[in-house]
Amino acid sequence: METEEIALSVRDIHKTFGENKVLKGVSFDARSGDVISIIGSSGSGKSTLLRCINYLEKPDSGQIILAGEAIETRQDKDGSQYPLDKKQLMHMRSRLGMVFQNFNLWDHRTVLENITEGPIQVLNWSKKRAVAQAEALMEKVGIIEKRDQYPSQLSGGQQQRVAIARALAMEPAVMLFDEPTSALDPELVSEVVAVIRTLAQENRTMVMVTHEMSLAREISSHLIFLDDGRIEEQGPPEQVMDNPKSERLRQFMGKF
Amino acid sequence: MMEFFGNVIHWLPDLLAAAPLTLLLTVVAGVFGLVVGTILALARLSGSPLLAWPAYVFMFVMRGTPLLVQLYLIYYGLGQLMPGTWVRHSFLWPYLREGLTFALFAYSMNQAAYNAEVLRGAIQAIPKGQIEAAKAIGMSRFQILWRVRLHLAFCNCLPVLISDIIILLKSTALASTITVLELMGVARVIQRQSLQIYEPLIACGLVYFAVVVVLTNIMGPVEKRLTRFQKG
Repeated sequence: METEEIALSVRDIHKTFGENKVLKGVSFDARSGDVISIIGSSGSGKSTLLRCINYLEKPDSGQIILAGEAIETRQDKDGSQYPLDKKQLMHMRSRLGMVFQNFNLWDHRTVLENITEGPIQVLNWSKKRAVAQAEALMEKVGIIEKRDQYPSQLSGGQQQRVAIARALAMEPAVMLFDEPTSALDPELVSEVVAVIRTLAQENRTMVMVTHEMSLAREISSHLIFLDDGRIEEQGPPEQVMDNPKSERLRQFMGKF
Repeated sequence: MMEFFGNVIHWLPDLLAAAPLTLLLTVVAGVFGLVVGTILALARLSGSPLLAWPAYVFMFVMRGTPLLVQLYLIYYGLGQLMPGTWVRHSFLWPYLREGLTFALFAYSMNQAAYNAEVLRGAIQAIPKGQIEAAKAIGMSRFQILWRVRLHLAFCNCLPVLISDIIILLKSTALASTITVLELMGVARVIQRQSLQIYEPLIACGLVYFAVVVVLTNIMGPVEKRLTRFQKG
């Protein structure tokens, strides 16, 4: 019964870079409609954790279960886990909408083409259908007037909104945000935050790594404080932020 | 003086008639060079020593030796070997014994080596994030290669590829040394028959120049269109 509601399950993820143990067994579940924010100081493994979810980083061990479907993995030569079935991996990635810190739009494609690329190439939609959907999404994130421009002609905030639209175009089961506002000039943060807030209000399932404490407090249903590769504390945002139990979280919150 | 320029103009039609062969050499070697060059560049970046090393050696040798030496070796060397084999009896033999076939082969391979080096750099220079974005959206390896990596790499090194085509066009003059009657070859025939030294050469230079100007003017807008996404 309960597991049916779980959109994404992250089980006991370990990840090492050389000698450096970045993740030392991290687990959490995201139920459908949950907004989970992951906070923590730099180097705590937040981004690595997020990147392990869609296997942009190969975890050493652990499991990712998306909508009840576990990703089959095998042990690679270097000891890390690697998805056994490329098709399954591609399918899983297409259902996880990833928004990067540095936007990572494709330079050689217009705003429209960036958004329709996934639906046309990966989901095999017709061009007509993809364009209609893209136009609705551009409207939604407020970049419709940039439709035929290239990323190099856009501000950081505009690029990030395109990137969000590109991820939404895949109609993902879960959205992953990797510090979506960290590379933005301060005056551009609010326009991206506004879009993310809207998505949270739509009950989308989201996992977000962020430094935007006020955003995390406002939209999260669940807050995770990651420290030294482990979940140090977690719970509803008010509880975690206002009554930190551990010394590490107190120190961390003291910086804001 | 008038007679001199009169002679130059007199030879222009004959030389213009040879220009299509020069263009054929350029286009065929340009296309094959790009295709083979792409494969070579990918082989070098494949991470497999079995693929990377032969590609590396091939590129190093082709770029490290004069084109004229390559032409001679391929025409006289390969050309000497082939009659002793099955190739002699193949229906392709009438074409294979032609200097043009050897020239097309030599220029294609030479161009491939240069294109491969340029493309290798361009592929390596693609921001990793754009490839990650393609992975994250669920694209296959081939889709990522074709629609992101190669597409971006071609566009980013297009100015160099185009200037290499112009260099190739001018270097096709060397094909005259292995009996190909392209522009330079025809000019030399005219020299021998008319006993004029400079007039056919000047006329030939004019035709090369005209072809380069035309080619540059075709490539300019193509380059502009394919790189319009870049800043500035």
